[in-house]
Amino acid sequence: MTTTSHGDVYIPFDEAMSRYEPIIGIETHVELGTNSKMWCGCSTDFGSDANTQVCPVCLGLPGSMPVVNRVAVESTIRIGLALNCNIAEWCRFARKNYFYPDMPKDYQISQYDEPLCYDGYLDVTVDTPDGPQVFRVEIERVHMEEDTGKLTHTGGATGRIHGAEYSLVDYNRAGIPLIEIVTKTVIGTGSLAPEVAKAYVKELRDVMRALGVSDVRMEEGSMRCDVNLSLNKPGDGWGTRSETKNVNSLRSVERAVRSEIERQASVLDNGGRVIQETRHFHEDTGRSTSGRSKEKAEDYRYFPEPDLVPVAPSRDWVEELRAGLPEMPSVKRARLKEEWNINDFELASLANSGALDLVEATIAFGVDSVAARKWWTGELLRVANEQGVELEALSVTPHDIQQVESLITSGALNDKLARQVFEGLLAGEGTVEEIIATRGLAVVSDDGALLAAIDEALAAAPDVAEKIQSGKIQAAGAVVGAVMKATKGQADAAKVRALLLERLGVSE
Amino acid sequence: MGDLFRQNASVLANAIATKEVSAVEVTQAHLDRISAVDGKVHAFLHVNAQAALEQAKAVDAKVAAGTTLGPLAGVPLGLKDVLAMKGEPTTAGSKILEGWRPPYDSTVVQRLRAADIVILGKTNMDEFAMGSSTEHSAYGATHNPWDLDRIPGGSGGGSAAALAAFEAPLAIGTDTGGSIRQPASVTGTVGVKPTYGGVSRYGQIALASSLDQPGPCARTVLDTALLHAAIAGHDPMDSTSINAPVPDVVAAAKRADVRGMKIGVVKELGGEGYQAGVSQRYAEALEILQSLGAEVIEVSCPSFEYALGAYYLILPSEASSNLARFDGMRYGLRVGDDGNNGVEQVMSMTREAGFGPEVKRRIMLGTYALSSGYYDAYYGQAQKVRTLITRDFNAAFEQVDVLVSPTAPTTAFKLGEKLDDPIAMYLNDVATIPVNLAGIGAMSLPIGLAPEDGLPVGFQIMAPAMADDRLYLAGGALEAALTDRWGHLLIEEAPEL
Amino acid sequence: MTSISRADVAHLGRLARLELTESELDHYSEQLDVILQSVARISEVAADDIPPMSHPIPMVNVFRDDVVKPSLTRQEALAAAPATEDDRFRVPRILDEE
Ligand SMILES: [Mg+2]
Ligand SMILES: [Zn+2]
Repeated sequence: MTTTSHGDVYIPFDEAMSRYEPIIGIETHVELGTNSKMWCGCSTDFGSDANTQVCPVCLGLPGSMPVVNRVAVESTIRIGLALNCNIAEWCRFARKNYFYPDMPKDYQISQYDEPLCYDGYLDVTVDTPDGPQVFRVEIERVHMEEDTGKLTHTGGATGRIHGAEYSLVDYNRAGIPLIEIVTKTVIGTGSLAPEVAKAYVKELRDVMRALGVSDVRMEEGSMRCDVNLSLNKPGDGWGTRSETKNVNSLRSVERAVRSEIERQASVLDNGGRVIQETRHFHEDTGRSTSGRSKEKAEDYRYFPEPDLVPVAPSRDWVEELRAGLPEMPSVKRARLKEEWNINDFELASLANSGALDLVEATIAFGVDSVAARKWWTGELLRVANEQGVELEALSVTPHDIQQVESLITSGALNDKLARQVFEGLLAGEGTVEEIIATRGLAVVSDDGALLAAIDEALAAAPDVAEKIQSGKIQAAGAVVGAVMKATKGQADAAKVRALLLERLGVSE
Repeated sequence: MGDLFRQNASVLANAIATKEVSAVEVTQAHLDRISAVDGKVHAFLHVNAQAALEQAKAVDAKVAAGTTLGPLAGVPLGLKDVLAMKGEPTTAGSKILEGWRPPYDSTVVQRLRAADIVILGKTNMDEFAMGSSTEHSAYGATHNPWDLDRIPGGSGGGSAAALAAFEAPLAIGTDTGGSIRQPASVTGTVGVKPTYGGVSRYGQIALASSLDQPGPCARTVLDTALLHAAIAGHDPMDSTSINAPVPDVVAAAKRADVRGMKIGVVKELGGEGYQAGVSQRYAEALEILQSLGAEVIEVSCPSFEYALGAYYLILPSEASSNLARFDGMRYGLRVGDDGNNGVEQVMSMTREAGFGPEVKRRIMLGTYALSSGYYDAYYGQAQKVRTLITRDFNAAFEQVDVLVSPTAPTTAFKLGEKLDDPIAMYLNDVATIPVNLAGIGAMSLPIGLAPEDGLPVGFQIMAPAMADDRLYLAGGALEAALTDRWGHLLIEEAPEL
Repeated sequence: MTSISRADVAHLGRLARLELTESELDHYSEQLDVILQSVARISEVAADDIPPMSHPIPMVNVFRDDVVKPSLTRQEALAAAPATEDDRFRVPRILDEE
C-alpha cells in the first residue's frame, strides 16, 4: 500500500484484481491532418508562430460563421468504416456550451445525439502467457468536433495551471478538425485491462496511420485519450466510474488504467465510495490527481448548431469511400506473417518495434525479407532505442537499405562496412554513395594489394608461417586479423585467408 | 432637382450616372442633413464622413471614366451597427463592444462596396437587436421623426429613422422577429425581410441564427428592390445561404401588378388587439388591392397563436449561446482584471457590466430553456411549433399567392411606455414573428396615417420561401395606387425637423 | 411549468457568466416566471408526432474544399485584445480546472 502526497492510497495491482473486476471505456481525440481547419481556410500546420493561423471564423469574432471542411467529413466516414461502424444517413452538429478562455466562441461545435458514425468495433490482440488473445472493443460512436486554442500558464513555480498568475492563449490550434472516438464499456478483460486498453489505443493509432487521416503523434497531442474506469465485485452491479484525462502516450494508457484500478480498489477496500469525477494523469508520477467533480458538472446545454446544415452522406459516397479503404493493419499483419513465414512472436516484435511497414517497404524495393528484417530489427532498432525515438524517425530509409544490400550482394560492401554506412546515414553525412566515397568504404578485392599486405604481415611474424605450414592452420587467424587491420576492415576476410594459405602452399 | 437629401435612391443614382449631380455632392448633402437633424433623431451611432466622401469620389471617377455602374452607384446608405465593417466601430448597440473595430467586412458590406453604394455610417439599434423600440441601445434611444417623443420601432430603429428623417435614402436592417418590418411600419418607410438564406448572414453579429436575416430598407418599393438585388445571392461563407438564383425583385417592383393575384388575409393576424386606426387603414388597403384586380380571401393559420411563445424560447436560447463569446478575453470590454480575480470572475464581471438589462434577461431565459431537464419542454417543443407554423403557411400558400396582415398592432408608442414591461414589448412582434419562424420573406410598406394619432400604419405582405419577387409585385402595386391617391409618398407628410 | 426561485436564478447566472446583483436576483426570478408563464402555452400543443424544425430552409451537405486561405495578420488578430503578451492573448488566471 502506498500513499501519494494528494492523500490517494494505492494497493498492489494483483491484490486489487483478486477482489474486483474492472470495466473500462476509452475516449480518444484525434486531430485530422487536413490542410485547412474544420470551419475556415486557416492552415493546420503544427509549430507556427503564435496567432498567425487565425481568422475571424476560428477566432470566433462577432458575425463570423463556420463552413464544414469536406475532407474532414470524408476522413471521419473513412474512420467510421475502418472501425466497422454504421454511417448516419443524416446527422447534425450541435453546440456544447461552456465558457473557457481557450475556446473562442465559448461553445464547441461538436456532435451530440447524432454522431456521423456509430456501432462499430475494433479487434485487438493482447499477448498472454497462454498465447495471443483477441478482445473485441465495441465502438459506440465516432463524431466530428473542433480543437481549442493552446494555453500557457505563466507565473508561479510550476508552469502548471494551479498557482499560475495568468495564462496566455495561442489560437492557432483552435478550430483544427478533431474526431472523437468513444468505445462502449469493455467488460471481461479481468487483469488484462491495462494491456487491452493499451492494445486498443495502439491498434487505433495504426488504423489512423493506415488511413492516412492523421499523423497520430501522441507526444504532439494530435492523439489524446481519456480513460473511464470502474470496479465492481464479481456478481455485483457496476461501480461508479472516474474519467482520467490527459493520457498522452501508449505507456500512459496502460499505467493510467493500472493505477486507477489500484486507487479505486483501495477506496472500496476501506468501505469508501468512488466519486464520479474527472482526474488528471501525470506522466511524471504515473498517478492521477482529482479534478472537477461531475456532481457539480457543467450543464452543456446542447442544441443543434443553427449556423450549419445537416450532413447527409449519400450511400454512393459512403460506398465509394469504403471501396477506397486501404488494407487494415490486422489484415496486413496476417498477410505478412504468411508471406514472410514468421511466427506470432516474430510478428509481434516487428509490430511492436514499429518495423512492420518499414520492412514491408524495404522488401518492396526488392530486398530479401530476411535481410530487411535483420537490418531494421537489429542495428537500426538498437540505435532508435538508444536515441529514444521511433524507428521511422531515423534518417535511414527503405531505399537506403536496398542500396546497401545490393552493394553487399555484389561484394562491394561487407556487413561491417554496411554498418559504417548506416552510421554515416544516421549522422546525416549524406547519401549512401556520398558516405562510401567520403569514408572511403570499399571491400579491397585487388589480389595484389592483399598479397602485399599478407607478405608484410608474414614478415612481421615469421614463426607464424612455420606453424601454419606445420599444420597448425588455426594460427592463420592472427595473420588474417593483421591484414584486416592493415586494410581498415575493407578486405574480405575469407578471401585473405584463402590467399594466405595459397601463398604458404597449405590446403585445408 | 430640389434638396438632394429628399430624393429617392433610384432618382439619385440616375442623376449621378448622367452627371446631373456628383456622388460627392449627394453624399455631402446627406452628411449635412445628418449634422442638421441627427441631434434630434439620433439615428446614427457613428458617421465616417471622410470614408463616405472618398467612396463617393471614387464613384465620380468611374462616372467620368465611363465605367458601367450598378443601379445604386453613389447613393448613400446607413448600415445597422450589427454588421461588421472593417476598421469601423461595430457595437451592436452594446457597451460590451464599445471601441471594437472588426478586421473584416461582412458579406453585405462587401456587396455594398462592390455596388458602389456609399456607406455613411452605422445606425442605432436595440442592444444585440433585442427589442422593438431602439430604447435598449447602450448609446441612447433613437427618436421617431414623425414624433420625437415616440419610438422608431426596433431593433432597427436607427435605420428606419434615418430614412424617415431624410438622413439616408437607403439603409440596411436585420430582421429576427420583425426588426426590419416593425420599424418600417412605425416610420412610414419600406422594409423587406428576405427569405432566410437569401442575403448572407456572414458578418452579422448573431442574435438568433435560425431566425436572423439582413435585408433592405428604403422609402420606396423600387429602391428597396434595387438594394435587395445588390446584397442578395449565394455566399459560400454562410452555410445557410441559398444556392439558387435570386428572384428578379427589381423587375417585379417595376411591374407592380396584382391582377389575378390571390391575396390571403390571415384571420389570426388582425382584429382584437389591433389599434382601430391600424385596422381601418388595413381594410382600406385590402379594398384597393381588390380594386386593382386581386382576389382577396380569408385564410386561417391556427398555429400562429403559439408563434410568440415559440419565438420567445427559440430566440433567447440561441442568443444565450451566440452571446457567450462576449467574455472579455479577445476583444471588447474587460472588467475586474486586477490580477487577483480568476478568469471565471472576470468573465462574469465583464458580462454583468457590459450587457444591458434586456440582454441579460434574454440570456437568462435562454440559458434556462436549454438547461438539462428543460430542453424538451421548451426549446424542443418550440421547434415543433415551428413545424406547425410552417405547415400553416404551406397550406395557406396552396390557396393564395401572398398573405397579408397589419405589420404591427399599433402605431409608434411613446418612448419609455413599455420599457419595463417585457411582455407588452414582445407583443409588438405578434404579426411579424411567424414569418421568421418559417423562414419566408415579407415586406412592410406604409398605407397611411392612423386617424386617431396621425402616425404611419404599416401593411405586411408575406410570400412563400424563395418567392420574394411576389412581395414587390404586390407592394409595388399598392404603393402606386396609394401614391396616386395622395399625390405623393406618405413620407412627404412627415413633419419638418 | 415550474416556477423559478432565486437560487435557480443564481445558478443560471453562474452558467451564463453573469455576476448578478442582489436586486437582479429578485427581479429576474419574478420576470422570468412571468415570461415563462406567458410562453408556457406552447406546451398545450400536442406535438408528439411533429418533427422539430431546426433549419427554416431545408438543406444538407454544405461543404467547403480543404484549401488553405490567408489568415489575419497577427497584428490584426491581436489588435482588439484587452491584454496581450508574447504575441498571445493574456487572460486572467484559471482557478477551476476544466
Ligand atoms: Mg469531445
Ligand atoms: Zn481561421
